[in-house]
Amino acid sequence: MNQPYDLVRARPEPEFEISVDGAPVPVIPGQTIGAALHGAGIRSWRTTRIGARPRGLFCGIGVCFDCLVTVNGSPSLRACLTEARPGDRVSTGARAGQVGPGGRAGDGDGTDGGKTVNGR
Amino acid sequence: MKPLYDLAVIGAGPAGVAGALTASFAGLDVVLIDAAPRPGGQYFRHLPQGFNAQAPGALHHGLDGFTRQWETLRARADVLLGHKVWAVERAEGTVTVRCLEGDREERPRTVTARGLLIATGAHDRPLPFPGWDLPGVLTAGGAQALLKGNLVVAGRKVVVAGTGPFLLPVAAGLAEAGADVRGVYEANGRLGLARHPLLAAGKAGEALGYGASLARHRVPYRGRHAVIAAHGEGALTHVTVARLDSAWRPVSTRTVECDTLAYGYGFVPQLELPVQLGCATRADADGSPVVTVDGGLRTSVPGVYAAGESTGVGGAVLAEVEGRIAGRSAAADLGRRVPPLPRLSRRRDRLAAFAKALLEAYPVRPGWQGWLRDDTLVCRCEEVPLSAVREAQDLGAIDARSVKLLARPGMGWCQGRMCGYAVACLAGEDPAAPRRPIAQPIRLGDLAAPTRSPLEG
Amino acid sequence: MPDVVVIGAGVVGAACAYYAARAGLDVVVVDRGPVAGGTTGAGEGNVLVSDKEPGPELDLALLSNGLWRELAELDGFEFEAKGGLVVAETGEVLEALTGLAGKQGVEHTVVPSGGLGDYEPHLAGGFAGGVFYPQDAQVQPMLAAATLIRRGADRFGRGTLMLRTGVTVAGFLRDGDRIGGVTTDHGDILAGAVVNAAGTWGGEVAAMAGVHVPVLPRRGFILVTEPFDEPLIRHKVYTAAYVTNVASDSEGLETSAVVEGTPSGPVLIGASRERVGFDRTVSVPVLERLARQAVELFPALADRRAIRAYCGFRPYCPDHLPVIGEDPRAPGLHHACGHEGAGIGLAPATGHLIAQTLAGHRPDLDLTPFRPDRFEERR
Repeated sequence: MNQPYDLVRARPEPEFEISVDGAPVPVIPGQTIGAALHGAGIRSWRTTRIGARPRGLFCGIGVCFDCLVTVNGSPSLRACLTEARPGDRVSTGARAGQVGPGGRAGDGDGTDGGKTVNGR
Repeated sequence: MKPLYDLAVIGAGPAGVAGALTASFAGLDVVLIDAAPRPGGQYFRHLPQGFNAQAPGALHHGLDGFTRQWETLRARADVLLGHKVWAVERAEGTVTVRCLEGDREERPRTVTARGLLIATGAHDRPLPFPGWDLPGVLTAGGAQALLKGNLVVAGRKVVVAGTGPFLLPVAAGLAEAGADVRGVYEANGRLGLARHPLLAAGKAGEALGYGASLARHRVPYRGRHAVIAAHGEGALTHVTVARLDSAWRPVSTRTVECDTLAYGYGFVPQLELPVQLGCATRADADGSPVVTVDGGLRTSVPGVYAAGESTGVGGAVLAEVEGRIAGRSAAADLGRRVPPLPRLSRRRDRLAAFAKALLEAYPVRPGWQGWLRDDTLVCRCEEVPLSAVREAQDLGAIDARSVKLLARPGMGWCQGRMCGYAVACLAGEDPAAPRRPIAQPIRLGDLAAPTRSPLEG
Repeated sequence: MPDVVVIGAGVVGAACAYYAARAGLDVVVVDRGPVAGGTTGAGEGNVLVSDKEPGPELDLALLSNGLWRELAELDGFEFEAKGGLVVAETGEVLEALTGLAGKQGVEHTVVPSGGLGDYEPHLAGGFAGGVFYPQDAQVQPMLAAATLIRRGADRFGRGTLMLRTGVTVAGFLRDGDRIGGVTTDHGDILAGAVVNAAGTWGGEVAAMAGVHVPVLPRRGFILVTEPFDEPLIRHKVYTAAYVTNVASDSEGLETSAVVEGTPSGPVLIGASRERVGFDRTVSVPVLERLARQAVELFPALADRRAIRAYCGFRPYCPDHLPVIGEDPRAPGLHHACGHEGAGIGLAPATGHLIAQTLAGHRPDLDLTPFRPDRFEERR
């Protein structure tokens, strides 16, 4: 859908990729991780800790904390505020609200095999 | 960067930028701080450079004027973008602003200044209803942020609902950007304001423009209608739209297929920073707490000013006027010569009266509480259903705070920003000014470390 | 006419009401706010025996500990018999700690340095050892207070235990020299006796009856982290410094982190102590110190976020003991306040002892150390 690009006469720079639980997602430089996922049709990327309810973007501006993700091992980042960088490894599901032992920071490569992204 | 500024301004929206620029022109050393990587706040949210947008103004009313102010300000003042403020303190005439720099690294930084202008804006005010936590249900502002800040259209088949004039630009923007907008459902009367003489204040043209855009895209705009339930397995597939009576009780319902709902019932001013400083607050026309200010936008705390939505939700034009007045007051209070400008104050009075009329024309009616079922989540973070709120009340919770203590709504990640209004309504009171000593989550490691000023590397 | 009016619907008032109703008395609880809206709503829910020096407070804590375990059967307030682990930075401190544990005569296990990881896998290295106290426990204090009142009403008849929130006591009714009820902004309540369980505001209530009970506020901040899906911390964990701070007379700021997980997910980092009156202004340096001490205990916390902080006012008396018992200067007025930071833990014993005196029975503990007029001679 290029209509919004036409609207503002955008000439976007080439896309780069991030990986979301191992799957590639394209990003225009400057987009947030949350926008890139939502734009790619991925509507939820976390489940709640009590009812295991799927969650993605809700407020979109950093106040609701529904869109938390782990990026390159760094947990509990708001996807709607975090600008994507080439090569980012985003892991979803329980990791976003889970503690890793001290030494595990930096190994967040989406190894939580049981969790899937509820994309369309 | 300087060890001590004359004025720190928090918020790079229309109020903050106008305030910073005005204060700078009046001779103050100014620093402007904002959490976002680009200026504009919510209303003038900017696209990233990466889009090379040749016509960014297509997404905003009045962007050119804002951009001119921003460019001028950048040349005259220090600007700290990407700095989230988590606490402010004031001692012996100096304000200390504690920030976290960067969207993921979050380096602690401190900025000190003699005065502080708070222009932190507002966020959407969602009401809970069955299914409101399904993926695909967004706030209206969230849908707007996706488009204005990322050129992402929130969905293919979109329903827009809630109350207030903000629904119109959101729906029009989505339709222009290619979404199939299935309808705009305004819970109050659609023409609630048209009869108001203050509509002549200059908003009529803008509203007509959105109306024309919706008509062009054949988007139905219905008054006295609301989305009272969202449905889907794991993601939104359809919503229940109800025709409402004057108290917002459903009269009849039907189903509308959609993959996205963008909705909002007004706005919540962000008050954690003024409350941290002990600024007095008052209840606005809609019952929301806002910062109490005098005619010069001075708060009850010396050297602290507030402008824009934090003094009462009123939109970008009023915010800019308030920013200018606050900037002048800050300069005058620090001994700069600032000639009086009564025209500006009269303009503010006019716009504020219009804002008040808007709040009164688009209230939240109590009937929404009847849309909830026992198992409807009131608090998304702690997953507190309505039944738990009622149990807490049965146990002796007589106000929103004790409901929170017993049943946990507002105890989670968002700290009641999403559910606070609803919980207050359910407890039968106006929402209280939020007491949040930590305005942004901060890593314990960062809180434990000695903080550095932006002067240091 | 009720037998007893309890002023204060915090955890201590709730326990007094519960035990009085259980003893067959008709009870009305009044509070100017909601249930658990004062210090109870700003606590951590500590039920500790480990931090008490041998003496009357430890006796009270041990009695209370057993009663909490009985009350836990009522369910609904997250009672967790998790145990407390006190860690020592140096061998010297460990020796002192072990010595204290011996004198306390409470259940404990001395844990050598190498054994600490079995208790707390995420604990920092380098501690000389510690002492584990299996009796230390935790409750959700607000739910505990509300549940005691509710279950007291349910079990012993609703007319017998009645809660009236939003009712402010304005003064006392007298029957000759005797206190015979209260006047409130919602009318008078005649009663056979009145219990002052007003916590930090207990001194003000006593003053209305013309008696001096020196209860003063000591401010405490608590930091709350983001919720955890899996518990990082299994027990209440704190350094030996906490034990010395609890009884400290210092005017200035003291912090010694007590770190623990909660059933709801967040980790609580508690226990700054300051004497600054009823000032709620946030103190960033206090939050920084709490964070530093928590990260020193559990380095894995460094990467997790604090999302909230709150403060409360712990009611303390000059000798750091609560005031429990009938006031000989105002017969019919019973005090149950001034529990400082230990009110949650000490509530059931306090309620039980007050109910015994109200019913005219001999209390299970000697109340002399807690008597309300003990400050007269020092004035």
